Amino acid sequence: MFQLYLPIAEVSVNAILLLGIGGIVGFLSGMFGVGGGFLITPFLLFIGVPPGIAVATGANQVVASSISGVLAQLKRKAVDFRMGLVLMVGGLLGSWSGVQVFSYMSSLGQVDLFVQLSYVLFLGLIGAMMFAESARALLRARRHGGAAPVRRAHIHTWVHGLPFKMKFRASGLYISVLPPLGVGALVGFLAGIMGVGGGFILVPAMIYILGMPTKVVIGTSLFQIIFVTGFTTVVHAVNSHTVDMMLALLLIAGGVVGAQIGTLVGVKLRAEQLRILLAVMVLAVAIKIAFDLLLQPTELYSVAPLVLP
Amino acid sequence: MIRAVLLALLLPTAVLAEGEEIVSGLSQNRVEITANFDGSEILIYGAVKREAPAPTGAPLQVIITVEGPSTPLVIRRKERRAGIWVNTSSITVDAAPSFYAVSTTGPIDKILSGTDDLRFKITLPHAIRAVGSASEATGSKEFIDALERIRSADQSYRLLENRVQLVDETLFRTDVALPANLTEGNYMVRMFIMRGGRVIDSMERVIGVRKTGLERTLYIMAHQQPLLYGVISLALAAVAGWAASAGFRLLRR
Repeated sequence: MFQLYLPIAEVSVNAILLLGIGGIVGFLSGMFGVGGGFLITPFLLFIGVPPGIAVATGANQVVASSISGVLAQLKRKAVDFRMGLVLMVGGLLGSWSGVQVFSYMSSLGQVDLFVQLSYVLFLGLIGAMMFAESARALLRARRHGGAAPVRRAHIHTWVHGLPFKMKFRASGLYISVLPPLGVGALVGFLAGIMGVGGGFILVPAMIYILGMPTKVVIGTSLFQIIFVTGFTTVVHAVNSHTVDMMLALLLIAGGVVGAQIGTLVGVKLRAEQLRILLAVMVLAVAIKIAFDLLLQPTELYSVAPLVLP
Repeated sequence: MIRAVLLALLLPTAVLAEGEEIVSGLSQNRVEITANFDGSEILIYGAVKREAPAPTGAPLQVIITVEGPSTPLVIRRKERRAGIWVNTSSITVDAAPSFYAVSTTGPIDKILSGTDDLRFKITLPHAIRAVGSASEATGSKEFIDALERIRSADQSYRLLENRVQLVDETLFRTDVALPANLTEGNYMVRMFIMRGGRVIDSMERVIGVRKTGLERTLYIMAHQQPLLYGVISLALAAVAGWAASAGFRLLRR
């Protein structure tokens, strides 16, 4: 019942299950303002979609949810286009190199390990940092009787001493272009190897490293994610033919609906609560994958089609 | 004299043995993979044609194999390195069938002799090695065993003993269920009849498995015009994203 044969993945999966996965991920992404790619890839691997196809198709799904999100943010004038473009230039370079590394690791047979290690490392790091920060904020809010602490427009750090300065009016920043380029490249690289948009890294990086005001962070992050994941999708489609349109369509259909519901729920929660929930979720995924690497697998052998170089 | 007697004794049985032939049919000789493809069951049937009455002695046995298209494979083994499980060693198999089902009228090691198994490459180990000489890495047997184990677990490789029905040593039939995760290509159906472990006659038929409709269009476009395919995927994502935000804006009004 409702089985669907995926033409590229060459597996038959339950359509309702895919809509559900898309919906859950969309719900979370609408709630937290991240693309949700870091959840969709492990989900797809779990239901038996081959890793290469999960990564490439995941990127395609993130494009849709990011476009949906950015349109909503555009209404609130919360997108810094100039910053987005700088991030994008870095992102495209990073994405291209990420896909190259992905192909190279595939040929070595280490792509699973590489993707898993990236997940553990980046999700673990970001999750722990976000958890610590939002827990502190929650405690502080409780001590001050719910009053938000006084914040400056942005915080000056070492980043503001670098050359090649540029004005970012929407963010109210006058900083060097190097840090946004670097952050963009890192996120693009991750998009290439993990099939994620990198929102969960980009959002904290923009707040804590670039010192952008929180108001414009989500919109700008989504804006640049569209281009990076879009580029990743095309590069994967051309290099390895691993984008499954049928799979993507179902995930997208579930995702866009879930995202809108998630947004409604998200509005009712406080910012610190949202961040701590996101941190817990990110950490949970990281810990799950870490356990997979550490515990002895029940089957030590694996079979993969031979890819001729 | 002695030779003539021996010949006279041997001839009738030899003629009789060769006098049994397979006549066969398939319920369908093509399988179309459509979007809602959920596996398919193929009925394979046949009869044994004889010029003379059936010989007495060892009973007639039937083995039917269905073999999917072969592809080159890498089989990898994980080992613990620095605390984590990493792929360390691997072998490549030039060609292993993507699907392999063996249906029989009895226990395969009882009804089929080792020499004829080797000659006709009937059981799974022979079928895998037949089509590809595994590069002889140390302990390549363990890798091949693992391939069998993994593919048996996901139902791609099956041994269905006693699943061929044989009536009056003449009519036989079996059903082979093709799984939902089928790969495209030609599926070879082989039928063997044997007595006393020796194959008397064999026959081959082909089932063509093809993607059709949308499945085929997408697959071909993804491989022949990857850039266009990638751009269309993006366009679909963009339209879906826009439609969702527009749709929900209407809902909220």
